[in-house]
Amino acid sequence: MNTKTVSFRENLIEFCDVEYHINDIPARIIVSGISFGIPHGETLVLLGRSGSGKTTLLRLINGMLMPSRGQVLVQGRATTDWDPIRLRRGIGYVIQDAGLFPHFTVAENVALIPTLEKWDALRTTARVKELLALVGLDARARFTSRHPRELSGGQRQRVGVARALAADPPILLMDEPFSALDPVTRAELQREFSALARRLGKTIVFVTHDLREALLLASRIVLLEAGRIVASATPQEFLHLDHPEVRAFTSSLSIAPGAPA
Amino acid sequence: MNAAVIQLSSDWTFFAEHRAEIFSATLDHLALVLIAMAIAILIGVPLGMFIVQRPALRTIALGIASIFQTIPSLALFGFLIPIPFIGGIGKRTAIVALVLYALLPILRNTYVGLTGIDPAVLEAAEAMGMTRAQILWRVRFPLALAVILAGIRTATIITIGVATIAAAIGAGGLGTFIFRGVALVSDALILAGAIPAALLALIADFLLGLIERRLRVA
Repeated sequence: MNTKTVSFRENLIEFCDVEYHINDIPARIIVSGISFGIPHGETLVLLGRSGSGKTTLLRLINGMLMPSRGQVLVQGRATTDWDPIRLRRGIGYVIQDAGLFPHFTVAENVALIPTLEKWDALRTTARVKELLALVGLDARARFTSRHPRELSGGQRQRVGVARALAADPPILLMDEPFSALDPVTRAELQREFSALARRLGKTIVFVTHDLREALLLASRIVLLEAGRIVASATPQEFLHLDHPEVRAFTSSLSIAPGAPA
Repeated sequence: MNAAVIQLSSDWTFFAEHRAEIFSATLDHLALVLIAMAIAILIGVPLGMFIVQRPALRTIALGIASIFQTIPSLALFGFLIPIPFIGGIGKRTAIVALVLYALLPILRNTYVGLTGIDPAVLEAAEAMGMTRAQILWRVRFPLALAVILAGIRTATIITIGVATIAAAIGAGGLGTFIFRGVALVSDALILAGAIPAALLALIADFLLGLIERRLRVA
């Protein structure tokens, strides 16, 4: 415990013995005994079944939830001490189905944070173009003036990633961003995002229930079971861990024929 | 010649002879509706936005607005007459009653529109560091606008109809013809009030429906 709290200087995000229960009712514990740090530039994948507490951990990082016990440090400062608006402006957030604003065009969606931060129009337009190119989308007006309903699921999710990166936040939180896509598009986005993540050097926390996705993207995998961390390892080590929940996940890999060992 | 044809042609002569009167009553009617609707919107929409932030007030506000809707319109006009300041005989009392009627659809649709937004969109807005005010004005309100307008449309149709009864307390408008027609057992007089009122309602419904479709997103 103590060694962890000392090491916050290297870690961009740090969980120190965090517990969270709904409405402070101890019986409704969602996560407990959570301690880990995420160093600069790491892609940490939170893996677990539905309801294991993955999303709760994400929401504890950007201050949408506050720990019932312990503390979450972001850039060395507890989330309870941050102004929640400032904290979140420095953290990109991508969710399943992207959560794009349906009444905004593609360009307006991507430009949201720059607009809120009152960037001048020229800089914002240039940034939108740059970002759309970065996520592999057409940056011409014909495309950027479309509304989300006119896009495919894959395009929407790319816009979601571009929007999250708009103000160049050091941290990116991603909550099952690709899980609602068809398998082909999903694989495409996973590959591209993996390359993009390496290139950008962001600190990324990525939530998924898909071990294959975790192995592809993670520099470290943290496995959650019923609100507790049961394993934490690099992708290479992870496959050889001897824990029933790890085995449950690795055996899910071998079901698909032709899956990578 | 049969009686129906005589009746119809005499109605037509009646409309032709009294067209100036009918026209000015229609304008009076329209003025009554527009003033009442403007006040109802100015109260209903902000109140709806307010109760989204205060769930405790929601039940009370929607409850009171519903009660006014259940009072028969003629009775509501009657109840208001003895009340000082807002009551009495004439347009002012009529407008108060019409506002009370129009309030519920506007208030309810504002509330429903603002709360019925895709939770993923609201979650993204919050997570991106938008303030509560920014979420309300830039996300909730624009997305609720079509639903709010649907409420305004319903309220306008109701108000055009109920406003004919306002003539009973001396507020003027198209109801004057209808009440006079009922008293004199004259179909021509009743139709001189009812047809323009129905046309007003149809036109208002069409125009507001047009705007509503333009505002609808996703």
